[in-house]
Amino acid sequence: MTLTLRSIAKTFAGGTRALLPTDLQIEQGEIVSLLGPSGCGKTTLLRIIAGLETPDPGATVRFDGEDVTALPVEKRQVGMVFQSYALFPNMSVRKNIGYGLKMQNLPKAEIAARVEEVIALCRLEPYADRPVTALSGGQRQRVALARAVAPRPRLLLLDEPLSALDAALRGQLRDELALLLRSFGITAIFVTHDQDEAMAIADRVAVMSHGRVVQIGTPEALYRNPATAFVARFVGAAMPLGGRIEDDRLHLPGGALPLASATVGHQAFVRAEDVRLDPDGALAARVETVTFLGTHYRVALSGATEQPLFALHSGLSAPAPGDSVRLSIAPGAILTLPTEDRIA
Amino acid sequence: MRVAPPPDKDLISVTSRQFTLLCLLPLAIFTLAFLALPLVRLFLGSGAGETGWGIYLTILRTPRYLSTLAQTVGVSLAVTVAALAISTTAALFLVRNRFPGRDTLLAVLTLPLAFPGVVVGFMIILLGGRQGLVNQLLPGHVVFAYSIFGLFLGYLYFSIPRVLLTVMAAAEKIDPALEEAARSLGAPPHRIVIDVLLPALGPAMIAAGAIAFATAMGAFGTAFTLATDIDVLPMVIYTEFTLSANFAMASALSILLGLVTWGILLIGRSLSGGTVAAGG
Amino acid sequence: MLKSPAKLLQLLVTLLACAFLFVPTVQSVLAGVTANYFRGLSSGLTLKWIGEVWTLYSASIFLSIWIALACLVVTLIIGVPAAYALARNPGRLSRVLEEFISLPLAVPGLALALALLQLYGGYTEFRTSWAFILVGHVLYTLPFMLRAVLAVLAAIDLKTLEEGAASLGAGPARRFVDVVVPNALPGILAGALTVVTLSIGEFNLTWMLQTPFTKTLPVGLADSYASMRLEIASAYTLVFFVMIVPLLVAMQWATARAQRILQ
Repeated sequence: MTLTLRSIAKTFAGGTRALLPTDLQIEQGEIVSLLGPSGCGKTTLLRIIAGLETPDPGATVRFDGEDVTALPVEKRQVGMVFQSYALFPNMSVRKNIGYGLKMQNLPKAEIAARVEEVIALCRLEPYADRPVTALSGGQRQRVALARAVAPRPRLLLLDEPLSALDAALRGQLRDELALLLRSFGITAIFVTHDQDEAMAIADRVAVMSHGRVVQIGTPEALYRNPATAFVARFVGAAMPLGGRIEDDRLHLPGGALPLASATVGHQAFVRAEDVRLDPDGALAARVETVTFLGTHYRVALSGATEQPLFALHSGLSAPAPGDSVRLSIAPGAILTLPTEDRIA
Repeated sequence: MRVAPPPDKDLISVTSRQFTLLCLLPLAIFTLAFLALPLVRLFLGSGAGETGWGIYLTILRTPRYLSTLAQTVGVSLAVTVAALAISTTAALFLVRNRFPGRDTLLAVLTLPLAFPGVVVGFMIILLGGRQGLVNQLLPGHVVFAYSIFGLFLGYLYFSIPRVLLTVMAAAEKIDPALEEAARSLGAPPHRIVIDVLLPALGPAMIAAGAIAFATAMGAFGTAFTLATDIDVLPMVIYTEFTLSANFAMASALSILLGLVTWGILLIGRSLSGGTVAAGG
Repeated sequence: MLKSPAKLLQLLVTLLACAFLFVPTVQSVLAGVTANYFRGLSSGLTLKWIGEVWTLYSASIFLSIWIALACLVVTLIIGVPAAYALARNPGRLSRVLEEFISLPLAVPGLALALALLQLYGGYTEFRTSWAFILVGHVLYTLPFMLRAVLAVLAAIDLKTLEEGAASLGAGPARRFVDVVVPNALPGILAGALTVVTLSIGEFNLTWMLQTPFTKTLPVGLADSYASMRLEIASAYTLVFFVMIVPLLVAMQWATARAQRILQ
């Protein structure tokens, strides 16, 4: 299903503008993540798409061209996975999964067959007849997903589906969820504040900040070409270099760096993996701490920039704290971005 | 993936808002017909007598009504204090001690919860009536059931279980570490009661006290069974209505009594921060 | 356990309170099965008085049971949907409404009965039917049902559960039946037992509302206390205990269970 959003905005009672007018198009079969810090409007946008929240007048939500803006959630045929899962405690796993099919007044046999199919797909066979209150967090998450997809919704919506789980389980289920969503072949939108989660699962990521979509693109595009400083920081934790841009050079406390192109008034950013320990480098720095992370070292450096800079260093040995080192940053690795986040 | 066919149209297609209103409809009808309108009628009825709205002044000028009011408040206050003292003592004892028979004691203390005022009145007759236990055991003619003391005992009987349960619920929530901390700082037992336990139980005691007081003010069944000639407000209302057929005065006194009990409970609740209900 | 005199005093007060509450209860039970209470147990045990109670008052007992069940049905029909509506729309208006409905808990039954009598006393058909007493009982018990259900609904994440059901295609009425009611059951059960217990024992309102044709159990009790010999009054009280005590126990169990769910 193709989802088309036009001028979706939401002002809450009391005047808080949770969402500024937003346009978005999501294609059939696409998995899109709404990524942003808490309070950026991502959940509000998801709930408007679901029909759980009414947008400000003037908005339109279209499913395959059909205007569904005025339809309540129960008429929209969307599948929804809630942050708290919202499983019905008075029903078994099987009953939960079959509930949406029951609402479609399908024949009993057809319901049973579809429920079995989804249970198998989500590997829930051992728990099918348990009460949902007897399940672990990860199992509940899968039941919530199974329940949402069982009625073959036009669109699957997931609100922070992994945030109720502990960290170790979250990582494992993230990959599992990515696989499952692809196997459903369904158009899906999921909200998250975790960039790793968004990158791992989504085809496209819409980064949101202060009630608007700042940038939308594939994970690679966002990572390589962030449109704003906010996106650069939020996706891949780019570090601000500070300093002063003059013509095609960036002047820093530890030396000057060549830039790929001169763009005055922009801020320069770099990611830790692009900062190299290089005896011939242009920047002088002092090693503050060295953290061994298995595949590489994480080195904190002072003196080169106004704020501490980190470098990821691979190799068999690393410099010791207190050492003086030199750094190089390739001109192409320096991201020069608008300082103003309002430019989307 | 196949997309499901659109679900059947609801037989009665209603929005959530309409459904919510529908849910409130039976309540609204019942409350309007049998609570709001009768109360309005009661109020209007109180002003429909010979003296009109001056009836409320009449109450304040008639010594019999004033002494009734004083007597009712006096008994209710005495019951409140006694019930709080007895029930708080028992509640603390039952919460802090585990011993064989504790559950039985608790069951005995909460049993009268389901006794209506009439039955409580009968219990007092069995204790202090002409054929009562005390009269049988003690030499001489000791009959107190039909006196103001009997009424006091009846209300006390009614209130002890209610106050006990409220205070026990609060006492169970007190962190034992509070008391241990006080003891570790050298506080003697009576200081622990004053400085730690009573402040922690305060809200519950206020709530329970308000219930006890309001219930005693409005209690009718007990007084009726004891058939006393003691003037307490509910009995006066009853006689005004049934014997004197003075509907206006009965209504005015009812309004007065209702305002007092409702006010007491409201104050009790705002002081304790919880919800309380009189019942009975 | 009894290390200090303070403890001893506490125990003494507790035991005295127990005795005060329990001794007359036992007296009443014994008097109800004693051939002649004034001569004591030595006069022998008998079921004669209970038999007499049955011939004199069985109609009032059945009327009470009937009214209690009718009261339960009405409070369920009015109270459960209303509690849902109030839980879904928490706001000042809902609180004011709840407060108003709870007035019968604060205002003495006598006053409410007078109010009902003055407004509806003229409608003889209604006035003399058991429905008039039913109205009084519903008035008094409805707040208990409402609060018991509200407490449970406030403790579960009702909004999200309903959104879950709605996202699966359930309309408002389906959600109420499939999600709201099943999850409110512990509260409904506690409320139901409270309603029945209170209705069977209700006297203050009923005494004013009753007519010679509509005597309930407690009205009969008052009647027997005033005009029957002590043994019959006691036997009738015993019958009342037998009915009310199991209800009380069940009510306390259900309330404790509902509260456990709330935590």
